[in-house]
Amino acid sequence: MSGPSTYEPKTGFTRWLDSRLPIVRLGWDSFVDFPTPRNLNYWWTFGGVLAIFLVLQIITGVVLAMHYVPHVDYAFDSVQRIIRDVPFGWLLQSLHANGASFFFIAVYIHMFRGLYYGSYKAPRELLWILGVVIYLLMMATGFLGYTLPWGQMSFWGATVITNLFGAIPVIGQSFTEWLWGGFSVGGATLNRFFSLHYLLPFVIAGVVGLHIWALHVPGNGNPTGLDVKTKNDTLPFHPYYTVKDGFAIVAFLTIFVGFVFFYPNALGHADNSIPADALVTPSHIVPEWYYLPFYAILRAITFDIGPIDAKLGGVIAMFGSIGILFILPWLDTSPVRSMRYRPIARWFFLIFVVACLALGWCGAKNPDDIIIAMGSDAEGHATGFTVLTFAQILTAYYFAYFLVILPVLGFTEKPKKRPASIEASVLGDKAVQPAE
Amino acid sequence: MTFSRILAAFAVLLMASPALAAEGEQYEPESHEWSFSSPVFGTFDPDELQRGFQVYQEVCAACHALGQMSIRNLGEAGGPFYDPDYPNPNNNEVVRQIAAQYIIEDGPDEFGEMFERAGVPADRFPSPYPNQQAARASNGGAYPPDLSLIVKARGGGAEYVRSLMLGYDYELPEDVTLRPGQYYNPYFPGGVLAMGPQLVDGRVSYTTREGQAEVEATPEQMAHDVTAFLTWASDPHAVERKRTGLAVMIFMLIFCGLLWFAYREVWANLEH
Repeated sequence: MSGPSTYEPKTGFTRWLDSRLPIVRLGWDSFVDFPTPRNLNYWWTFGGVLAIFLVLQIITGVVLAMHYVPHVDYAFDSVQRIIRDVPFGWLLQSLHANGASFFFIAVYIHMFRGLYYGSYKAPRELLWILGVVIYLLMMATGFLGYTLPWGQMSFWGATVITNLFGAIPVIGQSFTEWLWGGFSVGGATLNRFFSLHYLLPFVIAGVVGLHIWALHVPGNGNPTGLDVKTKNDTLPFHPYYTVKDGFAIVAFLTIFVGFVFFYPNALGHADNSIPADALVTPSHIVPEWYYLPFYAILRAITFDIGPIDAKLGGVIAMFGSIGILFILPWLDTSPVRSMRYRPIARWFFLIFVVACLALGWCGAKNPDDIIIAMGSDAEGHATGFTVLTFAQILTAYYFAYFLVILPVLGFTEKPKKRPASIEASVLGDKAVQPAE
Repeated sequence: MTFSRILAAFAVLLMASPALAAEGEQYEPESHEWSFSSPVFGTFDPDELQRGFQVYQEVCAACHALGQMSIRNLGEAGGPFYDPDYPNPNNNEVVRQIAAQYIIEDGPDEFGEMFERAGVPADRFPSPYPNQQAARASNGGAYPPDLSLIVKARGGGAEYVRSLMLGYDYELPEDVTLRPGQYYNPYFPGGVLAMGPQLVDGRVSYTTREGQAEVEATPEQMAHDVTAFLTWASDPHAVERKRTGLAVMIFMLIFCGLLWFAYREVWANLEH
């Protein structure tokens, strides 16, 4: 979509600059005159939301790091000092902790939007893959950051997750000890987690640069999934989308600040206000909410599969559930991008969204909890349909969606009639018919 | 009060099936009306916080530390003894007097010796025990947790803390056995804990300062007050946070509205 540049430097200085470092031209072509489909809906505003949250997390994080002490004896107290004694420290801490949650809310909406409108399909495969890389980096950064306050959930969450690497055959144990820098999660682990937690956001920022670059070559997708054909299909990014994105970003931030100021701990866990104690295991270790679906998938594999034992199987399933997104562009065989015109796929997609939310619910529950009681066993314990069984069914659906449903539907489904052009989808008969 | 509690206990006994009364069954904390309940408008009542601090000081502090708090916090904005005449709590007479009641180990001096002195507002609340081992040794192996974050660190929050304080009047279930120094309290996870009932009649006689109404220190009143104090201690900036939040929300909503109209204006002549 990057056509000839329309930027015209007007002053002597900008002409001088433009012939040496055309950075103003790059900004102009990318964010002012950039031709954007005229039919983008609000689901397309979350890219902007995410950019804002990345900046917010980096700024609050850099200031928090000025007061935080990455040492097992002081980390917990230093966070309390930030909240209690640092001027507006309570605000910084709340912005950063809740910012992580809202960052993930936005990224999940952004990803589901991509799944529904087929944003991963040619020519945007690399754009999608870079997005999955950003998501993985976000997961790592969030996990590392949650360790830093050094509360009970920090410590035990880090212990559970790092122990997963112990399931890798042969090198598992030594690899895990290498990660820890010792024989358990301890001082060395905290120190390196702090270092990496500070590093990764800048790596994310770099990949975000590539992501936007890869976006600006083919241009935005749009709800119809049709390619841009004429100038009538698009609008310049500014002022049309700067103002629409601006409104959506501020609306999302309004919900966010509602949590920051009125429910600052609603998305956290009470146990993380207890200092880490290696001798006391919390009765119920749960990760942060944004990992819960994957935690449920991890725990759903309770059986050996051939030579793979249950633990390794769970780890493979958990990483596989994200890894599968990398090959999604080649799994979905349908030539139709938008599920608006895929009458069967859109139902499977809806079930997929519900399954992901239900997996999250399962991740927060004890696997042995009973959802529907059905009698009791010989010892009088209630039996029935457990959270584990439910999670196993949902996990099966999660993988079936990518490995069976999307590949097969592409061949069997009869798509609905699509409009002639983006312009026609918006204007109906009033559209200027493109020359055949 | 007592009658309603007996009634409540009776109702619980009636409703609890034998399976539910098994060991480990934990009661849901009783709901309670607080001045700070509202996430937007809730505030603390300074009189309540002052009484709560007195309960902490005369009852809880014998075993429980308040390690994240400094004595000066009592005189900071939103704290129990805040006085607008003394924006710097180190000058606040009441806080200075409270601080002076504590003996603080300081040093080393120029001869390398540790010495003791009266506390000042800048000091932390001293711990009742030198270390965790000493605390356990004095409490039958149990460790009395630091109370600075207790309301934030328990899922049930303030309701849980208050219910626990008052939850000793339940009959011991048949399958729960207590060793010496253990008590039954169904609000506690597992139902068995090493802390006995503390807030009994006559334990505290409330100080009435100038302009304050006299309040009788019933167990319910003490539990209410000390929980309010501990809620404040867990999150001393809560009121400032809510007040700032209200202003920020009003700003955001106006900003949002302006952007909405700007958006409508820019897109006015375009079908999309």
